[in-house]
Amino acid sequence: MIEARGLSKRFQDKKRGEIRAVDNVSFVCKPGQIYGLLGANGAGKTTALRMLATILEPTDGTALVCGHDVIEAPEKVRASVGFLSTATALYPRLSSQEMVEYFGRLNGLDEAMLKKRVDEIFGRLDMNGFRDRRCDKLSTGMKQKTSIARTLVHDPPVMIFDEPTLGLDIMTARTITAFIRECRENGKTVIFSTHIMSEVEKLCDVIGIIHDGTLLTEGTLPQLRDKYAEHDLEEIFVKVVGPLHSNSEA
Amino acid sequence: MNFHNIACVYRKELTEWLRDRRTLISTVLVPLLAFPILMVGMVSLSSVLIGKAEKETPKIMVLGGEDSPHILGKLRTVENLEILPTTGDWKHKISEKEIRAAVEIPKNFQASLERNEPETVQIYYYEGEMKSSFGADRVEKFFKDYRENVIKDRLSARNIPGSILNPFEVKQENVAPPEKVSGAALGGLLGYMVILLSMTGAIYPAIDLTAGEKERGTMETILSSPISRLDLVLGKFFLVLSASLTTAILSIISMGTSFYFVGSSGAMSAKDAAVLQLHIGAATVLSVFLMALPLAVLFAAVLMTIALFAKSYKEAQSYLTPMTFVVVIPAVASLLPGIDLTAKLALVPILSTSLVCKEIVAGTFHWNYIMLIFLSSSVYAAMALFLAVKMFQRESVLFRS
Repeated sequence: MIEARGLSKRFQDKKRGEIRAVDNVSFVCKPGQIYGLLGANGAGKTTALRMLATILEPTDGTALVCGHDVIEAPEKVRASVGFLSTATALYPRLSSQEMVEYFGRLNGLDEAMLKKRVDEIFGRLDMNGFRDRRCDKLSTGMKQKTSIARTLVHDPPVMIFDEPTLGLDIMTARTITAFIRECRENGKTVIFSTHIMSEVEKLCDVIGIIHDGTLLTEGTLPQLRDKYAEHDLEEIFVKVVGPLHSNSEA
Repeated sequence: MNFHNIACVYRKELTEWLRDRRTLISTVLVPLLAFPILMVGMVSLSSVLIGKAEKETPKIMVLGGEDSPHILGKLRTVENLEILPTTGDWKHKISEKEIRAAVEIPKNFQASLERNEPETVQIYYYEGEMKSSFGADRVEKFFKDYRENVIKDRLSARNIPGSILNPFEVKQENVAPPEKVSGAALGGLLGYMVILLSMTGAIYPAIDLTAGEKERGTMETILSSPISRLDLVLGKFFLVLSASLTTAILSIISMGTSFYFVGSSGAMSAKDAAVLQLHIGAATVLSVFLMALPLAVLFAAVLMTIALFAKSYKEAQSYLTPMTFVVVIPAVASLLPGIDLTAKLALVPILSTSLVCKEIVAGTFHWNYIMLIFLSSSVYAAMALFLAVKMFQRESVLFRS
């Protein structure tokens, strides 16, 4: 379970002064549910998810992840989370298996449990063909699978995906979306950020639209359709963000 | 602090480090090969060049001397000296290396000698040019020998024994044991090399493990794991320190071996070769490394802190390159004659360690200074490590864009 309570993040920029990357964002994401954070580039999605993963510390507000406070117990939060983004690369000189084992050990798995988990995940994701191959020699798809295995090795109850399909080809992107669905089926709490409408429509149980750091609206897809009297998510998005976007462009 | 996590990060960094070809080159191959190549290459080259210069018959010109045929005749009989006909542009010819030297014999030189009047023979040469110096030396030797003969003749004409000019001899003899002689000559160099190489050995891994991770996008990956920033920094720090010490140890082994082989190869004079035979025991080398250890910690922590601030590998390199000068200047200062350890200097990092290493290798142990330097260096190292940990906790540094 993820519970964001007035989550805010401000940065100081020499030229632009104070930037409110995330401003008073609150939402709840329950186990067995995929929460989709939808927003344009620079809307604050990555900053919000980085705060949930305790990579960044909130300036104001807080969040509870599996009951652990992101400010008070960041290490316990990280132990409960699998974090995957386009920015979480692999160590080029480690093999696929070594990469996954490294994160398993950092998550406190003992050697027997680690071996069991690695064998299980590598089998399930069909990774045994390249388990000893160095990460810098892997194809994009193999790299994504290794990243998935890395996030799964400690079997975290919460999964955070920050634009995980960005820049990937269709087949690799499908592997990722299939994996996200599987997480939901396994009862995990999943939060997922993207600016691709079709992914949100296909995957998300609850959708939150974020713009300029503010969560403008949230609800299930049918709820949003009713609220904005539009069927197409893109039209809903434009209705929610459009006026504000024009203002910020001006 | 979780030792399991620190060890885990260290093992992973070590694995990656050993698989990096650039690392093997900069940390293992370069220090192992640099000294043998430099030493053997330089000694061989210089012995070839000197040998060639010594074998050459220098061409010289004689200015004047027509009224001193006896001296001129003798000069012409000197072996390995070719006298060319004198021309007006002799200075130009020396500068252009067409002749090696010119000698000016004063007017009526022979007659002046017979009248016991003082005269000066002037030799012209090209300063700094080895072959010209050899030519000038041969001419000078001829005239010095000639002067000796004139003195002998004058003394014997007055029935005075030659020994009157040399009533007693003055001799110097070394009584210091060989380890102190080589220590005084090379002690400073050993400390200097250990310090410099501890720093240079740490540069590449410090960049790779900080700015390199940011550039490759693995920083965010590791930050998303449950490991604390403190454990992460310490794991990385121990790897940088290991690299630094490995480079220093390999370089010292390589340097010692090179000195030994060059010294015993016969390419140098016996005196010079004796100086190169480092009579240094394992205890001394260990003491030097023990003194350099806090400094290596300081370097590893400072380099990591600076490199972490950089956004990319290239940016980190441009920050760290000037650091070499920061280390070289105090390390070189300790090699200057007349700079001795004082309580104040014992607090100056790098310089103090370099000075104390010089003393240790020469067999002098000032325990009060040794303790003071070790403690002060350890305090600096701890401060630098604390700063590195703090930097790893700053989001503005980790996610600087």
